[in-house]
Amino acid sequence: MSYNWNWGIFGSPVPTGDTTYLGWMLSGLQTTILLSLSAWVIALALGSLMGVLRTVPHKGLSGIAAAYVEVFRNIPLLVQLFIWYFVLPEVLPFGLGERFKQDLSPLAQQFLSAMVCLGFFTSARVCEQVRSGINSLPRGQKNAGLALGFTLPQTYRHVLLPMAFRLVIPPLTSEFLNIFKNSAVCSTIGLLELAAQGRQLVDYTAQPYESFIAVTLLYLLINVVVMLLMRVIENRSRVPGYIGGK
Amino acid sequence: MNYEFDWSSIPGSLPFLWEGMKISLEITAIAVVVGIVWGTLLAMMRLSPVKPLSWFAAGYVNLFRAIPLVMVLLWFFLIVPQVLRGAFNLDPNTDVRLTSAMIGFALFESAYYSEIIRAGIQSVPKGQVAAASALGMSYAQAMRLVVLPQAFRNMVPLLLTQAIVLFQDTSLVYVSALADFFGAAYKVGDRDGRLVELLLFAGAVYFVLCFSLSQVVRRLQKRMATV
Repeated sequence: MSYNWNWGIFGSPVPTGDTTYLGWMLSGLQTTILLSLSAWVIALALGSLMGVLRTVPHKGLSGIAAAYVEVFRNIPLLVQLFIWYFVLPEVLPFGLGERFKQDLSPLAQQFLSAMVCLGFFTSARVCEQVRSGINSLPRGQKNAGLALGFTLPQTYRHVLLPMAFRLVIPPLTSEFLNIFKNSAVCSTIGLLELAAQGRQLVDYTAQPYESFIAVTLLYLLINVVVMLLMRVIENRSRVPGYIGGK
Repeated sequence: MNYEFDWSSIPGSLPFLWEGMKISLEITAIAVVVGIVWGTLLAMMRLSPVKPLSWFAAGYVNLFRAIPLVMVLLWFFLIVPQVLRGAFNLDPNTDVRLTSAMIGFALFESAYYSEIIRAGIQSVPKGQVAAASALGMSYAQAMRLVVLPQAFRNMVPLLLTQAIVLFQDTSLVYVSALADFFGAAYKVGDRDGRLVELLLFAGAVYFVLCFSLSQVVRRLQKRMATV
């Protein structure tokens, strides 16, 4: 095999001339990070809500939350993404779909669909973690809260959730890492995030190895940074008295 | 809502979709089998007292778990065809995308399987290994006859759940334009201008399959837990 390595390729300007190939990579990295962080906000908010609903003593509400989790866990991420991006704008009522297609730039359409898709997909997983966190608390905690005269929402707000969230931080770390990895799927709808920029660079320069190595290293970098960050948070939020606690 | 649904292109394309489904299932089956075998070896290396082996396994698992599957597949679609053609003197036009996908999925999933299996092995009480060696068994014998049978029994539900996840992930071979079930559905929808219906249909099929399988796993888990 004779492959011409050319690492200098990253310094050379792209055909349009307004940036270098390195610039493409960095803008891809930026999109990946922005997309993942904004999707994580959705995932955390929706996932916590659903996780709480799964544990409340009300058949209807916990049933809805259970169905929600099953739907988002049993359909492949790619299919979900295509449904958000291709199907939803067609079937949205009140002309919302039309406005989505006409008023937004293609980039905004892609980013919005990808963000919502990743957010909902991950929220189902966050929901299960939050639920198991709440369920892992001793029964007495909830009963004690109620016995003190707290209403059920107050018990959740002041007793159960503060504990549960601290317990689920380690499993949530891996979901947080997953959201960055899953964001690579969004290259399939044309969103120019990191993986897509890597492929685009291959198309333009025919230097696949340099491009893929660079993209892979950037994903590894994201991974390491997130893990270090989460380790700090984990250390600060440990619950004394538990295994792995202070 | 003013979209008019038209499901008429689905019945005629069912044979084509079934061909796609067979590819999805084939990739899943190969990846599960290779993943469990290679994953077991990796888990044993990781737990072995021989440092270089355990470093290799740790490096392998952590590397694959840190990279997105899409990227792994792109790597394999780049490298595998070149290696295969070099090794077997294949005609450059031979379609090796399916083989590449299988190899990629198998090696990628092994990393995940190895973590499940490692946890399974570690859940077996230490006394079992001690008892086996007290009976005069070698390390390999103890693993094969005492530890692994118990570990696998505990792991079956998790291994199956991972297989369901893997089946869903096979839709990502879309990046290589290989016509698995999802790829086939997309092609039909694109051809007939009925993408909305075909995507919803594909989603429904995946949901029904994966949901019913996960219910089976749940039942299995309950049954095994009582033993």
